[in-house]
Amino acid sequence: MKALTINNISKSYKKKAALKNISFEVDKGEIFGIIGPDGAGKTTLFRILTTLLLPDSGEIKVGNLDIVKDYKKIREIFGYMPGRFSLYHDLTVAENLEFFASVFSTTVEDNYDLIKDIYSHIEPFKKRKAGALSGGMKQKLALSCALIHKPQILYLDEPTTGVDPVSRKEFWQMLKNLHNQGITIIVSTPYMDEAVLCDRIALINNGEFLDIDTPENLIKKFPKKLYAVEGDNMPKLLKELRDNENVYSCYSFGDSCHITLKDETLPNNYKEITPTIEDYFILLLK
Amino acid sequence: MKEFLTFTKKEFIHIFRDTWTMMIILVLPLVMMVLFGYAVTTEIGNTNIGVLDYSKDEITKSIINRIQESEYFTLSNSFNSYQEIEPSFKASENSLVIVFGENFSENLLHLKKADIQIIADGSDPNSARTLVSYASNIIGTTLKDLNKAPVSSYEITPELKLLYNPLMKSSYNFVPGVMGFIIILVCAMMTSISIVREKEKGTMELLLASPTKPIIIIVSKVIPYFIIALINIITIFIVSYFIMGVPINGSLFWISTLCILYILVSLSLGILISTVADTQLMALVISAIILLMPSMLLSGMLFDIGSMPLILQGIAQAMPAKWFISAIRKLMIMGVDVRYVWSEFLALIIMLTVIIGISLRTFKKRME
Repeated sequence: MKALTINNISKSYKKKAALKNISFEVDKGEIFGIIGPDGAGKTTLFRILTTLLLPDSGEIKVGNLDIVKDYKKIREIFGYMPGRFSLYHDLTVAENLEFFASVFSTTVEDNYDLIKDIYSHIEPFKKRKAGALSGGMKQKLALSCALIHKPQILYLDEPTTGVDPVSRKEFWQMLKNLHNQGITIIVSTPYMDEAVLCDRIALINNGEFLDIDTPENLIKKFPKKLYAVEGDNMPKLLKELRDNENVYSCYSFGDSCHITLKDETLPNNYKEITPTIEDYFILLLK
Repeated sequence: MKEFLTFTKKEFIHIFRDTWTMMIILVLPLVMMVLFGYAVTTEIGNTNIGVLDYSKDEITKSIINRIQESEYFTLSNSFNSYQEIEPSFKASENSLVIVFGENFSENLLHLKKADIQIIADGSDPNSARTLVSYASNIIGTTLKDLNKAPVSSYEITPELKLLYNPLMKSSYNFVPGVMGFIIILVCAMMTSISIVREKEKGTMELLLASPTKPIIIIVSKVIPYFIIALINIITIFIVSYFIMGVPINGSLFWISTLCILYILVSLSLGILISTVADTQLMALVISAIILLMPSMLLSGMLFDIGSMPLILQGIAQAMPAKWFISAIRKLMIMGVDVRYVWSEFLALIIMLTVIIGISLRTFKKRME
């Protein structure tokens, strides 16, 4: 049985469609990434998965529980970390954790083993108010609170946005550890470098899934050869390349331009490189 | 149950850790009591009075002496001409001037009629009216005592007696008013702000996505404010009874029941506002405009409802504070039996049922 089965979900706000016919399945114990720009519909999807919003159409099964009928039971088995830091700023670290433990009718002591790795980082500051923590520590506290009731599924909506690179790396290490304990994790991120750390990812844009696969397969699906062109004057370089009739696509990527060609057999002196998920994503959007 | 206690405890922490919340709910009631009790008072005491005496005879002197002796007036000016009077008002040297006409005693004895004029400051009509009646009272009694009063065979002297508040103490009026106001402030405004704060900060999203029933989330948020409102009421009672000498004539049981009923109505209003408002600012504005201001102005605490335009009288009927203040005045100060305040009780109970009904229907177990 799949941990999560999503079948043809649609959702609109007033007349604007936020999600269009989304379908996917998540295996037990998988890290499933949802990758897409801001406004793509990631948060709406999370709110539907966490029973906070009702989909306009389609159905969702969590195990064999129905998301509409059995929402009460479902609320007991998932942990949720919203995109924004949503803990009590005026409560201390320990008070926040204890509060969320009792919200789920459990205690910190009972489930300490699950959160130990994460919570140990912030335990020295447990008497500090949550509002006074750094971004990375806030994120660890939020994750501890989301885990305190031993959820089967963990929903993380952009957990690393606004967090420093070191904390981001630590955070993904923690997710890997949780993954090893058999927790199914659905995580969204706008960072492509985090995408490769997921077992499978879905690329989302404008409320639609463009593709779902493992990161390796998505990269393999890149249909063309990809070249990088470097230059000092980026706007000029972009313009020149776009004026070139043989160039199929061209966009700036860090300090170089990534291009694909219409006819790859013609001789050229561009440097061929391995595509990334971001390259694939941009190609899909074209 | 344990869950419930943690929620309530958490709510108390929010209150105690926020200085401004603490100030509003604990200091403001006392400040209001002091303000209304000592600063914003309509009572008379030590009013400066001026005298212009064209006769300077025995009777006028004894009247002036009487006025000086009374606890209400202090003689501050003796004028020699009429022209001096107006500048003295403008300089705020006195709030009242008494002018005795010429040959006061003789006219009184022979013509049975003498001229006396009382001049008051009409820019403050309320105190002017009170001052004039105090002064006329003193003049009347003095003449009577001197047996010089115009005697006729059918003398009718109306004697004013203010039932239940013989000394015209304004604390009798403002204590119920302050209670009505403070409870709306603590229960409706502070409660709605604290619920909306959870929406605004995103914590409501987490709570809603948890197995906790929404009703528990709300009731546990409301309980601390219920307790604080009770403490406020008790403080106001103690201060008004022991320090300001306001009597508690009626049954304590019914007074308490009335207060609790009114607290519940205010709390349910707070919950209702929180289901409508999305930001703390919006909750603040809604409760200030539709609850706090009308509770001050339309509840009969400052202005008499009967003399308002019809439309305002109508709005006043919808104010819980109006019914509470009216009932608490009757119960506490007049000391009437509860059957004389049944309409107030009924109005509050209807309001409570309707508001809770609407709040339950509008409160969402999801986010939309």
